[in-house]
Amino acid sequence: MSLFGIIGLTYVLAAVLFVVGLKMLSSPVSARKGNALSAVGMLLAIVATLLDQHVVSYHWILVGILLGTVAGILAARLVAMTKMPEMVALLNGFGGIASLLVAWAVYLQEPGLSHFTALTVFLSVLIGGVTFSGSLVAYLKLAETISGKPLVFKGQHLANASLLLGAVLCGVFFTLDPQGGSWIFAVTVVISLLLGVMSVIPIGGADMPVVISLLNSYSGLAACATGFVIVNNILIVSGALVGASGIILTGIMCRAMNRSLGNVLFSGFGATTVGVGQAAKGVVKALSPEDAYLVLEAAASVIVVPGYGLAVSQAQHVVRELGELLEANGCEVRYAIHPVAGRMPGHMNVLLAEANVPYDQLVEMDAINPAMPTVDVAIVIGANDVVNPQALNDPSSPIYGMPIIKVHEARTVFVLKRSMAAGFAGIDNPLFFADNTRMIFGDAKKTISSLIAEFKKG
Amino acid sequence: METVVFLTFVLILSIFLGFELINRVPSVLHTPLMSGSNAISGITIVGAIIAAGMAERSALSTILATAAVAFATINVVGGYLVTDRMLKMFKKKDGGQGT
Repeated sequence: MSLFGIIGLTYVLAAVLFVVGLKMLSSPVSARKGNALSAVGMLLAIVATLLDQHVVSYHWILVGILLGTVAGILAARLVAMTKMPEMVALLNGFGGIASLLVAWAVYLQEPGLSHFTALTVFLSVLIGGVTFSGSLVAYLKLAETISGKPLVFKGQHLANASLLLGAVLCGVFFTLDPQGGSWIFAVTVVISLLLGVMSVIPIGGADMPVVISLLNSYSGLAACATGFVIVNNILIVSGALVGASGIILTGIMCRAMNRSLGNVLFSGFGATTVGVGQAAKGVVKALSPEDAYLVLEAAASVIVVPGYGLAVSQAQHVVRELGELLEANGCEVRYAIHPVAGRMPGHMNVLLAEANVPYDQLVEMDAINPAMPTVDVAIVIGANDVVNPQALNDPSSPIYGMPIIKVHEARTVFVLKRSMAAGFAGIDNPLFFADNTRMIFGDAKKTISSLIAEFKKG
Repeated sequence: METVVFLTFVLILSIFLGFELINRVPSVLHTPLMSGSNAISGITIVGAIIAAGMAERSALSTILATAAVAFATINVVGGYLVTDRMLKMFKKKDGGQGT
């Protein structure tokens, strides 16, 4: 068999390993092995490519691989689990820029691009560029280097529409006349980068799960476009798998907020919100950790509802310790996780897994809601909008219709919170004033530590 | 033209396959799914290697292609390793890893 055939078959095998790897991700039991298989597939694809007859010089490839490997290992080792959203945002961006750079290099190297290849080069640059700069902005927002608040200004939609129009025009000109002056290519690069920045700045911190999922999808689509540029199936298959994955996650996140993708991307939620819902009225009942202990000590079933505040105060380890003490006390402990809790899909699950919480204790919103009235104590840690009953019963509220974890139906609700400040969306939360709610003010980690201390005394 | 049709055919089927596969991933594993699919999108490294290994290149295209190799490698190496690090932490109640 020719070398060409062998390389082709190796790509088929790599694609099969990617597919099997993703299939094994359907259960935590087999997921780790699946990831390893997928990595083997990648290694095969890389080795096969190195044998390609077009590849004649190796030293720059080696330089790139060495640099990337060192950076990749360091990043994967050093990143804190709470910083996973930032890491994934950066990885999305790197995928995007890699596609842009490959398309650019091909454009420089191949003198006579066909119209079709020109179109795919254009798409590769556009999607890659948007993914790259958009992911960098998402990263900066997540890392709070720049404000997580939506940045909106007058004429924003007009500016974005002009950019988009400019991109389309560049695409048309470049496709019709690939040799017609490199300035069109340069303008495309600039527009794609601007478009990425402009499309992420109006999106607020709490909407980041949607943005990261969408950029994840883009990074796959960019790889797809590059696959068309170099006429390579393995890029198209892999890119399509990633693209589909990102789109599905985006859909799940949007449904979990009861908002359309368009609303998330263009509304600047929280900055331009008109209705704020009915002001919640009532008396806040504060509770000391000592008194909270007495309630927990008598509880037979406890639900913990974590939110982004859990990640901020790094409370996952003390939460698990409290959970174990409660279980030793004969109490059933479960963790209810809202799909958009945290800053990326599955963020809370990873944090709790890091703290050694078994994954069979992590339950989804739809699974726990029917059982809520039988729960003795629901402990809300650093979550706000995802437990706001306004979403169920106040049509004037901006979050009306969003599915929530119905902690207000539990017999008692403890809300761990720094102060009475409103949540991200600036919406009052009537949960805090409910008869069965007790507020425990202070840093979540300290509060839980003092609960643990009470348990150990008792 | 035939190539275009063939590649599009592959693209469409892969998208459908992707939807089928990803819909089965439980929400518990959505973060590892994202980092793992990031690693897969590092497949751009194949294109980057071809671009960086071609015989005739200008200085600029060498720089671009080498940078592409580096970025795609970060995706591949960083993506798979961090996914493994996360998946290692998911344990069942009895404390078994359940391999």
